[in-house]
Amino acid sequence: MFQLLNTFLIGITAGSIYSLMAISMVLVWRSTRVVNFAQAGLAMLSTYFGYEIIHRFDSYWIALPVAMIAGALVAAGIELIFMRLLLKHSSQGAIASIAPIIATLGLLGLIKSIIGYFWGNQDVIIESPLSNVGFTIGTQTLALSPMKTFIIAAVVFMVLVLTFIFQRTNLGLALRASAYAPEISRLAGIKVDLVRTVGWALAGAAGGAAGMLQTANGNGALSPDSLEFSLLLAFGFIAAVIGGLDSLIGAVIGALLLGLVLAFVLTYVGGSLVFITAFVLLLVVLLIRPGGLISQKAGRRA
Amino acid sequence: MSLFIENLSVHHGAIHAVNNVSFKVEKGQLAALIGANGAGKTTLLRTLSGLNKATHGKAHWNETNLLHEKPEQLVRHGVSHVSEGKSVIPELTVKENLEIGALWRRNKKEMVVSLNEVVELFPRLGERLEQRADTLSGGERQMLALGRSLMSKPQLLLLDEPSLGLAPLVVEQIFQSIKDLTSSMGITVLLVEQNAMGALKIADIGIVLNLGSIAVTGDASALIADPQVRAAYLGY
Ligand SMILES: Nc1ncnc2c1ncn2[C@@H]1O[C@H](COP(=O)(O)OP(=O)(O)OP(=O)(O)O)[C@@H](O)[C@H]1O
Ligand SMILES: [Mg+2]
Repeated sequence: MFQLLNTFLIGITAGSIYSLMAISMVLVWRSTRVVNFAQAGLAMLSTYFGYEIIHRFDSYWIALPVAMIAGALVAAGIELIFMRLLLKHSSQGAIASIAPIIATLGLLGLIKSIIGYFWGNQDVIIESPLSNVGFTIGTQTLALSPMKTFIIAAVVFMVLVLTFIFQRTNLGLALRASAYAPEISRLAGIKVDLVRTVGWALAGAAGGAAGMLQTANGNGALSPDSLEFSLLLAFGFIAAVIGGLDSLIGAVIGALLLGLVLAFVLTYVGGSLVFITAFVLLLVVLLIRPGGLISQKAGRRA
Repeated sequence: MSLFIENLSVHHGAIHAVNNVSFKVEKGQLAALIGANGAGKTTLLRTLSGLNKATHGKAHWNETNLLHEKPEQLVRHGVSHVSEGKSVIPELTVKENLEIGALWRRNKKEMVVSLNEVVELFPRLGERLEQRADTLSGGERQMLALGRSLMSKPQLLLLDEPSLGLAPLVVEQIFQSIKDLTSSMGITVLLVEQNAMGALKIADIGIVLNLGSIAVTGDASALIADPQVRAAYLGY
């Protein structure tokens, strides 16, 4: 019974972090129809910026927002300078669907080597700002520590803020309209190119938060070859696809589902099956509902 | 104050879709642009709103050069294009579809004023503001597309086949609304239509396109009376 609760808690915590990554994939997909594999590199780079802040000011609490802002700026820069050019020159034919994917994979490698150049390939450490020792009930230790509580709360807060932006503000309306129908949006006067850049910036911020939280949740080690970031990318992407790739809520649901399933497999089946399980879950969802769990219902076509 | 087009040519690759077209529409006039399928009507409108690039020629709305700006900039100069085929965003609500037309004005108060004006013009939209646009009927969608365009306070309206796929009674309503817009608000309209007779009846002038070139232009009433135009484009 207690193990069940703990497995659940571990799954929720991991799922929250995946959901930030999944959200950042969804935001980029919605704004430019690009699956951004460079997102893991962006998250990592942002986390290194966070590490620099911690190094100088000794505060994770300053480092977290700085990492998010850095993530936003770098992502916006990539969209502005790199993706726009790319999409302009490869807007037709088979290359149009392949080029962006290859480009983001290339970017991922580039960002990793830039990190290696500046910070070296050895681990640097980001210490968890809060205790990572679980709360105790009687003699039992919960898989919920002050740090994990903060992570879950921070993710909930960020998801609420994003939802508010998307549903209640003019910027959100512009973001949604541009994603669904760029041409109509342009004709309505929306600066779709600018809105796309903003979409990338929001994605970069979410990625930066994911990286900072992920690192503090684990053993704190950070390196360009970090397995944790590769997993974050893989699981964030899978969660986004499970959720339909187009929906923020879908991304969150997909990520929590994935986090929970993986936690239960890890506890009750075995660690060696975790990675396979993620892909099996992806395949099952795609077979049953090809559009993802939260696919847009086709409306009436009058 | 006028829409002024001179020697305008537009290509789609090797296809010469619009060929040396020249005409003028005075402020407050309603011009009907008619012609067979593939005549180049849509291409011409898309070029005037900045979606397509011209090969050569001139196109001005007042002082604004229509060939050098993006669509989102032209909206800021009073040019609004409602594209072919009930151009609404199905995933958004009716209200949101209307609001996107006024976002660029960055003025919440004016947005509300415009919204009320549009709802007054099309009460059926008012009853359905919170509904998703894909729940609307074809006629309501066309009203919504027109409504969104009005939200941006246009001076020049470019309308592409607003009657497409609508029942005759609804077509009449839409045409009546368009006519009212020009007479009451002084909006200049370039109306592309397959329903040539209906369009010419409400129009001041008519422009007939044939394979990308202008075949005939003149007063709408004169075109309706012209036996050749009747035979070739009005079907009787
Ligand atoms: N994107 C495009 N690529 C290639 N050719 C195009 C494109 N758009 C239009 N054309 C061609 O340009 C010509 C004019 O097309 P256009 O859509 O402007 O005609 P239209 O008068 O609006 O016709 P309809 O009444 O059927 O809407 C046609 O021969 C069409 O095939
Ligand atoms: Mg057409």
